Amino acid sequence: MSAETTILVALLLPVLAAVSCLLLGGGLGRPNLRDIATPLIGACTFAAVWRLAGDVLAGGRPELVLFEVLPGVELAFQVEPLGLLYGLVASGLWIVTSIYAVGYMRGHHEQNQTRFFTFFALSIFAALGIAFASNLFTLFLFYEALTLLTFPLVTHHGTDEARRAGRIYLGILLFTSISFLLFAILVTWRLTGTIEFTPGGILGAETSSGMVTVLLLLYAFGAGKAALMPFHRWLPNAMVAPTPVSALLHAVAVVKAGVFAILKIVVYVFGLDLLAGSNASLSLMTIASFTMLMAAVIAIRQDNLKARLAYSTISQLAYIVLGAAMATATGVLAGGMQIAMHAAGKITLFFCAGAILVATHKKKVSELDGLGRTMPWTFAAFFLASLSIIGIPPLGGSWAKWYLMVGALETGFAWQAAFLGVLMLSSLLAVFYLMPVVVRGFFAASPSAGPSGSAGGDRKPIAEAPFLCVAPLVLTALLSLALFFVAGDLVTLLNF
Amino acid sequence: MIEKILVLEVVLPLLAAPVCVLVRHPRFCRLFSLGVVAACFAIAVALLVEVRGGGVISYQLGGWPPPLGIEYRVSTVNAYLLALVTSMALVVFSFDSRGGPPRVPEQRRHLYYAVFLLCISGLLGIAITGDAFNIFVFLEISSLSSYILVSLGGHRRAVMSAFYYLVMGTIGGVFFMLGVGLLYQATGTLNLRDIAARLEPSLDDRGSVLALALLVVGISIKLAVFPLHHWLPNAYSFAPPKVSAFLAATATKVSFYLLAMVLFTIFGAPFVFEELRLQAVLLPLSILAMFLASGAAIFQNDLRRLLAYSSVAQIGYMTLGLSTANATGLAGGLVHLFNHAVMKGGLFLVVACLLYRVGSVHIDALAGIGRRMPLTSAALVIGGLSLIGVPGTVGFVSKWYLVSGVLERGWTAAAVLILLSSLLALVYVGKVVEVLYFRKPAETQPIDHVREAPLGMLAPAWVLAAAAVFFGLTTDWTYGVAREAAELLLAGGI
Repeated sequence: MSAETTILVALLLPVLAAVSCLLLGGGLGRPNLRDIATPLIGACTFAAVWRLAGDVLAGGRPELVLFEVLPGVELAFQVEPLGLLYGLVASGLWIVTSIYAVGYMRGHHEQNQTRFFTFFALSIFAALGIAFASNLFTLFLFYEALTLLTFPLVTHHGTDEARRAGRIYLGILLFTSISFLLFAILVTWRLTGTIEFTPGGILGAETSSGMVTVLLLLYAFGAGKAALMPFHRWLPNAMVAPTPVSALLHAVAVVKAGVFAILKIVVYVFGLDLLAGSNASLSLMTIASFTMLMAAVIAIRQDNLKARLAYSTISQLAYIVLGAAMATATGVLAGGMQIAMHAAGKITLFFCAGAILVATHKKKVSELDGLGRTMPWTFAAFFLASLSIIGIPPLGGSWAKWYLMVGALETGFAWQAAFLGVLMLSSLLAVFYLMPVVVRGFFAASPSAGPSGSAGGDRKPIAEAPFLCVAPLVLTALLSLALFFVAGDLVTLLNF
Repeated sequence: MIEKILVLEVVLPLLAAPVCVLVRHPRFCRLFSLGVVAACFAIAVALLVEVRGGGVISYQLGGWPPPLGIEYRVSTVNAYLLALVTSMALVVFSFDSRGGPPRVPEQRRHLYYAVFLLCISGLLGIAITGDAFNIFVFLEISSLSSYILVSLGGHRRAVMSAFYYLVMGTIGGVFFMLGVGLLYQATGTLNLRDIAARLEPSLDDRGSVLALALLVVGISIKLAVFPLHHWLPNAYSFAPPKVSAFLAATATKVSFYLLAMVLFTIFGAPFVFEELRLQAVLLPLSILAMFLASGAAIFQNDLRRLLAYSSVAQIGYMTLGLSTANATGLAGGLVHLFNHAVMKGGLFLVVACLLYRVGSVHIDALAGIGRRMPLTSAALVIGGLSLIGVPGTVGFVSKWYLVSGVLERGWTAAAVLILLSSLLALVYVGKVVEVLYFRKPAETQPIDHVREAPLGMLAPAWVLAAAAVFFGLTTDWTYGVAREAAELLLAGGI
C-alpha cells in the first residue's frame, strides 16, 4: 500500500465506521455488532496512521492531492510531524473512547446511541482531515466540518440546556472562524497568492511587523477551538454533552484542532524566523499567559467536576498557544508535546468523571467525599492523570512543561522570567483544582458513614463503574505514565 | 449548425406555449413543457461548450444584418445565463407538484404551463438578444407572465402581491424604456454593440448620464436592489412554491446580467466606475442590503418570507461584486448568480415539499418535522449551510472571490462586513434548523401523520442540494466560466 493510499484509507475508515454504525444500529438493528465494529475500525484507522509514521520519521512527507477546488486551491493532504502527532493522538484515543463510550452510554441509558456513534465517527474523520491538511483551505474545510459534526453531539440530550449550549457552541466557533480565521486566510491569499503550508512560511520577510501582529492575532482568535480568552465560553457549555464527547472531543480532538491549527500556521505560514523577528509573538504570549492563569483560577472555583476539567483544559491549551507564540524550535516542540501529554491526561480525567457519574450519578466535587474507597481504580487513575496535568515526573506532562520553561528562557525578551513565573504559578494552581478531588475521594469521610465516622468493620464494598468504563481509564492513565519514557521519540519527531 | 439552433433557444418555449393552450390536456402539457425545457437546456449547454474560451456565435433574425436587423449573439456571458436559466427551469419543471397550484382548476392548468413557458422564453430572450428594444420586449414578456404566475398562489394576498409586483415592475419597465429611448436618440441605433461603439459618455453629456440613471434604476427595481426590493418578499412568499423556486433562481439573475451589461458593455467601466463613481452608491446599498435584509430575515416566522428576505441580502452580495469592478470581484458576483440559484432554488423546493406534507411553513408548524421528514430536512440543512457560506458548499466559493475582489480594491472594511453579514445567515438558518430538529411539536398540531415527501418532489430538491456541494468543490464550470465572463465584460464585450 503506497503512502498515498494509506492517507486515503486513514481518512475514509472513520467514514466507514459512521456508515456501519448507521447500517448496523439503524437499519439492521444490531447494536451489539455496531459497538464492536467501531473500536475495530478505530484500530484499523490508528494502524493506518501509524504506518505513515515510519515515512515521516525518515524525513518523507507523504502527499495526497484529490482535486483542484478553486484555481490554485486544492483539496490536498500532506503528512508532516505535527499533523502525524495530532492524527496519532486522535485516532489512537478514539479506540479507547469508543470502548468506553459503549460502557458509558449503556450504563447511563442514553437515547439515540446510533446517531451518537455515527456523528462521533464523522468527527474523527474531520479531525484527521485537519491533521493532514496541506493547505489553509483544506484545514478550514475540515475545521468547519468538525464544528458542525460535533454540534449534534453537544445537543445530544435535546433539553433546553443542551440547545442553549449548542447555540453558544455554534455561535462562538463559527463567529470566530468566519470573521477571523477566514478573513486571515483571505488576507494571506491576497498578500502571497498561495495558501500552501510551506516549511519556512509563506509570508515574506517584507511583511510589516504590524501586519504580522494583526494576522497572528486573527489566526489565534480565529482558531476559536483553541479557547483563548475571551472566546472560551463554548467549551464549558459543551460539557452538557455525554462524557465520551467531553473526553475525546472536548479534551482531545476538537480543542487540539484549534491549537494544532495555530501551531501549524505559526510554523508553515508565518515561519519561525519571521515571527521571532517581529514583536507579534509577545502579544500572543501575553494573551496565552492571561488565559492560562485566569482559567486556572476559575477552575478552582468550579464545583461541577466536568466544568472544572473544562476550565483546566482552557488553561492547559494556553500552554500550547504559548509554545507556538514563542516562535522557537523549543516552543513548537513543547507545544506538540503538550498536545499528546495533555490528551492522555485529560481524557483520563474525563473518563473518571464519567465513570463516577455512571456509578453514583454524582457530578459535583463536593459530593465525592469518600468515593475513592469504593472506586479505587477510578480514583487512582484520576490521581495519576492529575500528576501528569500538573507536570510532575515520572508522568508525561512533566516533559511538556520542562520544554516550555526551556523555551521561555530561550526567547530573547527581557521579561522571560515573567513567563517562567506564569508557568510555575499555573502548575501550582493546577494542584489546587485537581488535588482536592483526589483528597476528598480518598481521605474525606463518606457522608453516609455518619458523623461519628464509625470506622472499623463496615468497610464499603468496591462499587466501580462497568468494566468497559474502568478498563479504558486505567489504560489511558498508564499511557500518560508510559509517555514519560517515550518522550525522546517525540523530540526526534518534532525536530524543527 | 450551432448558430441555427441558437434561435431555437427562445423560439421553442415561445411556440410551445400556444401548443399547450391548444391541446389543453394537463398531463400532456406537463410532460410537453418538461421536454421543451430539457431541449432548451441541451441547447444552452451546447452553446456554453462552444463559446467557452472566447468564442462568439451570432445569428441574424430574418437574415437582416445588424445594426438594422436584430442580432442574437452568444458569448460566454450570455451562454452562462442561458445555462443557468434552463438548468433551473429543468429542475423546477421536473418537480412533481402533484398537478400545479391548488387554486388553478384542472381544466385551466394548461394556461399555467403556457404562462410558465412564456416566462422562460422571455428570460432566455433577454439573455440572448443583442438588441436594446428586443430586450425591452422580452423583459415585458417575462414580467407579465411572472405577475400571472405569482397571482396563482392560492392565498388571496397572492393577488395583491402580484398587483404590487406589477406596479413596481411596470415602473421599472418604463424607466428602462426611457433609458433605451435616450440611448437611441444619442446614437441612432438599437444594436447593443453599435450603441456601445457610438456612445461617448461623459459627465458633461446630460443625456447619457440621464440614460444611465434611468436604466440603472429601472433594472434595479426588477433586480430588487435595496431599497427597491419591497415587491420581492410578498411576491416570493405568496406565489405557488414551484414559481417561487423558479423566480428566485432565475428572474433576478437575468436582471443582474442586464445591469452588468449596461454598466460594462454600453457605458464602460472607465466611465461608470472612474468618472461617475457609481460604486459610491452601489457599495453602501449592497452592504445595507446584506445587513438589513438578513436582519429582517431573522425576524420572519414564515419560512418563505425568511428565504425571500435572504434573497434580497444575497442580491446585495451580487451588486457588491459588481461595484468592485475588478475581475475577481465581478466574477465572484457572477458566480454567485449560479450559486445562489442552486441554493435558493433548492430551498424553495424544500419549502414546496414541506407545504405539501405539513400544509404550512410557519415556523411553529415545523416543530419536530426533522424526524418526520429526515431527507427533506437534510436538504434544507445543506441549503442553509450554503447560505452561511460553509466551505465545501457553493456559498463559500462566492464569498471567497467576493472578499478577494473587495480586498483587491483595498476595501478592508467591506471585506470584514461581508464576513460578518454571513453570521446573520447563521442566525436565521440556525433558527429554522433548531425548530426542525429540537423543538417539540405543539399539542394542538400533531405531526404523526406527516410523512417524507414523495420521490417526485424530493429528487429535484436533492439534485440542487447535491449540486450545492458538488459545485462547492469543483468550480471549473462555475467560477471558471464566470471568470471568463467577467473578463469579457470588463473589456467591454458581451
